[in-house]
Parts: sequence; structure tokens; C-alpha cells
Amino acid sequence: MNKNKKILTSSDISRKIIRIGHEIVENYSDISRIVLLGIHNRGVPIAQRLKKFIKDLTDIDVPMGSLDITFHRDDFRERLTMPEIKGTDISFNLDEKIVVLVDDVLFSGRTVRAALDEINSFGRPSIIALAVLVDRGHRELPIRADFVGKNIPTNDGEHVAVKLKESDTDEGVFLIFGDG
Amino acid sequence: MKVDKLDSKVLLKNATIVDPLKESKSKADILLVEGKIAEIGKVRDLDVITTVDCSGLILTHGFCDLHVHFRDPGNGDKETLESGSMSALAGGFTRVCTMPNTQPTVDNPESINYIIEKSKPLPIHIHPIGSVTKGQQGVELSEMGLMHQAGAVAFSDDGLPIQNGLVMRKALEYSKMFGVPIINHAEDECLRADGLMNEGKVSTRLGLVGNPSIAESIMVFRDLKLAELTGAKLHIPHVSTADSVKYINEMKNAYDKITAEVTPHHLFYNDKHLEDYNTNLKVAPPIRDSLSREALIKGIKNGTIDCIATDHAPHTEEEKNNQDPAENKTITNKNKDQNTEIAAVMKADNSSSIDPEEEKIRRKAMAMILSISKANNPLTNKQSASIFNLNEQKQKDRKKGKREMQSYNQRNDKDINVFFQRFQKRRYQSANYSGKHDDYTSYIQNFQANSSR
Amino acid sequence: MFGHKHFLGLENFPREDIQKIIDTAFEFKEVLNRPIKKVPSLQGVTIVNLFFENSTRTRISFELAQKRLSADTVNFSASTSSLKKGESFKDTAQNIEAMKIDAVVMRHPAPGSSKHLTEFIDAKVVNAGDGTHEHPTQAILDMMSIQEKFGKIKDLNVAIIGDINHSRVARSNMYGLISMGANVTVCGPANLIPENISDLGVKVNYNIDEVIEWADAVNILRIQRERMGIGLVPSNREYRRLFGVTSERINRRKKELVIMHPGPMNRGVEIDSQVADSDQAIILDQVLNGVASRMSILYLLLGVKEENTNEG
Repeated sequence: MNKNKKILTSSDISRKIIRIGHEIVENYSDISRIVLLGIHNRGVPIAQRLKKFIKDLTDIDVPMGSLDITFHRDDFRERLTMPEIKGTDISFNLDEKIVVLVDDVLFSGRTVRAALDEINSFGRPSIIALAVLVDRGHRELPIRADFVGKNIPTNDGEHVAVKLKESDTDEGVFLIFGDG
Repeated sequence: MKVDKLDSKVLLKNATIVDPLKESKSKADILLVEGKIAEIGKVRDLDVITTVDCSGLILTHGFCDLHVHFRDPGNGDKETLESGSMSALAGGFTRVCTMPNTQPTVDNPESINYIIEKSKPLPIHIHPIGSVTKGQQGVELSEMGLMHQAGAVAFSDDGLPIQNGLVMRKALEYSKMFGVPIINHAEDECLRADGLMNEGKVSTRLGLVGNPSIAESIMVFRDLKLAELTGAKLHIPHVSTADSVKYINEMKNAYDKITAEVTPHHLFYNDKHLEDYNTNLKVAPPIRDSLSREALIKGIKNGTIDCIATDHAPHTEEEKNNQDPAENKTITNKNKDQNTEIAAVMKADNSSSIDPEEEKIRRKAMAMILSISKANNPLTNKQSASIFNLNEQKQKDRKKGKREMQSYNQRNDKDINVFFQRFQKRRYQSANYSGKHDDYTSYIQNFQANSSR
Repeated sequence: MFGHKHFLGLENFPREDIQKIIDTAFEFKEVLNRPIKKVPSLQGVTIVNLFFENSTRTRISFELAQKRLSADTVNFSASTSSLKKGESFKDTAQNIEAMKIDAVVMRHPAPGSSKHLTEFIDAKVVNAGDGTHEHPTQAILDMMSIQEKFGKIKDLNVAIIGDINHSRVARSNMYGLISMGANVTVCGPANLIPENISDLGVKVNYNIDEVIEWADAVNILRIQRERMGIGLVPSNREYRRLFGVTSERINRRKKELVIMHPGPMNRGVEIDSQVADSDQAIILDQVLNGVASRMSILYLLLGVKEENTNEG
């Protein structure tokens, strides 16, 4: 039985992203060292919006890249039948940078662990921070987000779906009951 | 013929023009201007420098002999490109295709170039044929592509068969790219069994090892099937058996890239002509029986066999006159003379023609061939080498005082015979007893005849 | 992968699956451009490279692919093997498998040997070349290189030049390119092209100049004189004159021609040195794409969950 509940509307999402953008700028003195890395799939458009916001706010164009963590997953053999690979695109060195990982939902923390693993192949950043739109709890690893849009606690069998206008029709954050 | 030194206007008067393409025969004049035919008919041109009276002479297209051996490079004592050209020209041939079994073999483009360059000043066109395999060894393919680019018109290992079926197949496939035929001397090396003449009634009577027809027809069949499989062009040289003609006929219905040739001697002779051990008719492939001969003639008439080629293959007189009986198998005495080819062309039809003129010409031609072949062998043309030894010895006897010998014999006859009786008694008990003889003369004759076998 | 347990050949391999392998290979190529060229995808997986034929290029390529995926690799080469002591092929394979390995990459001189191997071991098998039959990983990297250059494979004119009869590279390429919708012409000595090759869907043309004019890309095979036995190619100079991709022939073309060669090259025979070293030749790119393609194949075979697989 599917009873989907809309938790955040489109304008809610925009406001959350703006607030995260402010927080990032406020937190780090040297904005020129900031690098945004969006985690596929939906972390990328969010990172895109953050980049635009920071540019409007500070007039600094921070570099942005995308990460596909498929090859670094630790659970691929159980979950994936045929991986959808979108590709990693990081065209700059990460040494000494302040890397802000951007994703839509933080859950077990394994995606972030894989991303941390992958980032190692590109250099040695001075700081890696995590920004997520939704934190739904139930961590399986000691990982926490530095910047959170909204905390949405979930129970077993519940599921959080983020839909963005860049890739989906109905923008919003939904709580899905049953196997969404 | 290549025209370098011809007058600007030449009139050939009153020639009998035979045109096989139009199947016409007429009497007319031909005017040549700057080496090209300008007018045919009744020509009245007073500017003409040279007039040739051609009354009673036949005028026709220059012939092309697809199969000659000019022994050049290598054995210039047998034939050179020049001497071969002159011989061909005398017989009315303006084009020949030379086989590559020379010393060294023509198996690379440099050798092809040699022939083409050397033939430039000669009066006929010489089209070189390259070999199929390196050195004609029948193992590795030769540089057919480069030879074709240099001017080779076909490929052949003639003289030797391509015994290995895989090599023949691969050669056919390779030659497909150049659109020129492979010409294989079809004679299975194993089945031919060192035969000295065609296997048949005659060879049995003469006690000579026979070379069976099947040695040729089986390889002809193989080559035809391989050509069909690979889609390549095949030309079958010197067809000599009835079965070969049959297979070629059947294959031509199914596949069109087959052509075949026959030699004049296979059309004229059958193996009965070898009854006197005539080595002048010892050729490869051998002269077959009369049934084969009739099949060959039919083959020409119905188009199964496309043309006549002489297989002109000269040897030195020493080689021809080699009288050692043990060497009999190496006496390859080919009596084709290209001068007789015209006669051959006209003689291909065995049935008598209604036209008495043709009949006369035919008889003349036949006589010509025979007289030339006789002339080629100055000793005698009737006896084989082995018997010749004996005859010569007898002649010597007669010339150098036979009478003396006879009288001597008479005087000593009694003594010798007494001695001989005793000798006979002893030999009678030994293992080498060769039969009782009444007197010494018959014994010695028997001994000589036995030792020469 | 794709419902098959092993990767043995490209005959009847569907277009979409080939495309998937190539797309994944491009992702792995990106990994090969990173400062640290490693992903942990095949950690804990053991792969044995069973090479019964000499090979430098393919073996190193497979080894690198395996190491970049963090798999454990073991090498076996025929010259130092127990086969010399008379052990049978089957025993060798089963003994190695008894040491708990996950996959075998095999190159063997007999056609059908990789299929044969699947019948008595449980590990997954990748065919690195079985005699004159198939060399599917080579075809994948060739098609990947073509796609990299042109952006697509469908409707391209691709020529394969050389000894088609004895070439596993030619066969796999023909199967793969035809599946992907390319137009394929083979060119070479007529006695080295099977009579019925057009049944596979390719055209035949013995005229190298016409073929070079027509093609967008040419894949030049090495002329393997050791395989030929009865001297089917009369001489190197004849081969070069009739079928060599020479500088004169290339210069006659107005457009650029993409030139490929699986290696090793006989410079001056099937390909001129100048042509091999020119900008139009993507031979070294092929080598890098080879590692990426093999990473892709191994990853899809071993790094993802198995669906309902059929044997082979």
C-alpha cells in the first residue's frame, strides 16, 4: 500500500539550499579553496544550484565536479544487477582544497564512505565536508553531515524520495510507505 | 607482325583471303598504307612501291600459339627467343605465349621483364607466362601479383604437374585476383608410372610400360572441380584423352571460365604409329589410341576444345640422337615444327572434304609433316634405338668384310662347334642355362638380343 | 554478464550488450587517467591468467586491468608448466581451480578450447584468444576505439585487411561490427579469404586502392607467415605491393583515414612505418583502450550480481 506524503515542496527545497549555501560561505574563510563535488544522481543538480548561489553571493566561481561511486561500492555484489554508470568528472587536482560533498539523502553512510574512498584517488584535500538535503537517520558507519537541509526520521519500510526539476517532473521530497 | 621496316605503300595482289571470323574465303587485293590495311578489293594504285604477287597463296590473320617453349633464358643451344620467333614467323604465327620452364625458371617479375625487353626488337609479339610455384617445385606460390603487373598473361608449371591438390587450389584462388588463367600440365605423377607410351594394346604388344589415359583425365577432373569451387580461370593444355574431353564438356555447361587446347600431333596420330618404336612420336602427354583421337577431333568441332597450340618444345640433336636404350625414357623427342601448324589447322578435320582443292592441300600438308619429321631425324625414322644398335652392328659386319668373317667362320666352324658342344654340356648343368643351341652363331645372336633387352 | 556465465566470443552477441560493455569501458578509461588508477571493485576476487600461447601485449593488458580493479592475479605460462611433465589440460585446469579461484582468462592455440574449459571447471572463463576462432576482448577494444573517434559505429565503413582465414581478431571484429550496424569489407589475398565469407554479412574486395578510398577506418592484420605452411604469400614485397597500407596510398586520399592495427606490426610489409607513426593511426590509443575494455569486461562478469545465468 502506497501512501506518499509530501514533506517538502519545491520552494521549501530552494530555501533549504539557499540556507546551506549561506552556511558554507559563513563557515570557511578562504572561499577560493572550496570545491563542490556532487554525488550522482541527484547530488549533482543540488551542487549545481549551490555553485550558482555562491557565485551570486560572493562573486566567486567555485569549481564543481561529479562523482560516480559505482566502482567503489562495498555492496555491489548484493544489490546491483546492472549498474547505471554516469561517470566521474573531476578535472582538477584536489590537493589542499576544501571539498564539500553534496548528496540528496544521507542514510546508511555507505555512499559517503565510497565517495571518500574515491576522492583519495584524486589527491589529498585539506578538509572534506558533507552537505545533504535530507538526513533520514539509521547510520551504519560513523559518518555525519556538516550541513543538513532537513532531518526526516524514518521507520522500517519507509523510504525518502527526492525529486528535482532537473531530472523529474514533480519537484519535492516525499515519504514513501512500503517498497517505494 | 611488328612493322618497322615496311614501305609506306604495299600492294598484296590476288591473294586468297581466308577470314575465319567472318567464315569467308575470297580472292582480292589488299593495299597496306603505313602498315595498316587501307583497301580490300580490286586495287588500282599506281603510287605503290612494293607489290607482292600472292596468286595461289592464302592470306589470313596472324596465328597465335598459346603454348611454346623457347628455352630462353638458359638453353640457348636448343632455342632462343630469336630463333623461336623466326620459326614461328615462318609458320604464320605473329603471337606466341612462352612457358616458364627455363633455366632459371620465370618465377619473378625480373624474369618477365627480361623476356619483354628482349622481345621488343623481334618480329613477333611474345607474351610471357609465369610459373605457378617457385622454381616449379610445386610447393610455394611464386610472385604472381608482381609478375602480372610486369606483363605475365597466365601462370603455368608446364612440363611438371602441380601434384599437390592444396597447392593447386590455393594457386587458383590467388590467381582469381588477377583474372588470368592457371595452366596445369595434367598428369598424375604416380599413375603415369614411368610409362614410355600410351597404355593400351600397342604398348602391351611392344612390351613397353604404359602411361594410362586416366593419369591425365583424373587430374583434369580435379582441376576442373577446383576451378569451379574457387571461381578462377583454368586452361587445360595438350588435352589427349577422350575422358578429358568429356569432363571438360560437362564442366563447361556448369561453369564458364574453362578453356582447353590440343596439339596437332594428338590430332593426327594414334598409338599405332608407334608400333615401330618411333621415338619421334614420344611426347608428353603420349599419343593415345584412335578413340581418343576421334574424341579430340569431335571436341574441336563442337567447341569443347577452344584452340590448337603446338607445344613447341625443341631439343638439341644430341639429345634426340641419344641412342642408349637405358636412356629411352629421357628421349623426349617432340617433332612439332611450327611451320607445319598451318597444315595442322587445315588437317584437323579427318573426314574427307568435298572440295578437291582442299583435299590436295591436305595431302600436301600431310606429306610435308612426314617429310619434315623424317628430315629431323637424319639417321632413320623407322627403328627404335635398341634395335638400331643391332642393325648397325650387322651393317658394319657387312661393310667391313663380312665375307672374311664368314670364310673364317667356315674354316673354324668345325673346331668351334666341337668346343661349343663341350661348353654346352657343362653349361647344361649350371644355373645360367639359356637354352640349347645348335651352333655358335645362333648362340651369339641369342646372347646379343638378350643382353640388349 | 547479460545472462551468460562466461565471455567466450562475439558471435550472436546482441548490440545493446556490446554497447553496454563499451560504455562501461569509457568509464574505466577515466579511471586510468586519475593520479591513482585504482578502484576496489574486484577486491577479494582471484583471477588466473592461463596462457598456453606466447603473448606480451594481451597478457600485460589483462594483468593491468585486473590489478586496477584490485583483483588478485596469478599468471601461468605454458613453457614453465606441468604440461611439460605430461599433465593433461583437464587436470591442469582442475588443479588450479581447486585453489579456489573465481575466474580464468585463457589463451590457447586450439579453436573451441575456451568453450571446452567451461565444461570441467566452475570458475568463469574469459576467452583471450582460442586459436583462429575468436578474440572478443580485442574486438571490443577496436570498436571502442572506433566509437571514440567517430562517436558511433553504425553505418561506418570499416575495412579489415589481411589474412582473414587465420585471424581470430578478424572473426570477432566481423561479428561485433556487423551487430553494431557497421558496413564491413574484407580485403586480402584471395587464397586467405574463405570462399563463403560473405555469409557472415561482409563484402569482399581484393583491390586495396578501392578499399582504402571507401573506408572510414581500416583494421590492418599482421601477416602471419608462421601460420601459413605452404607459402601462400609468395614474398613480403609482393604482399606490400598488392595489399600494403603504404604512404603513397594514404596520401592519395583526400580525407583522413583512421588506421588501426592489433599489433605487433611488420613495419614495411602490411603497414609502412610512416603510416604507423602518423596522426591518423590510433594504434597506441588502442592499447590504452585495451586495458579499459578488459576492466569493463571483468567488472561486468565478476563485479555485479548474477541474474539467472545460463551456462556459457
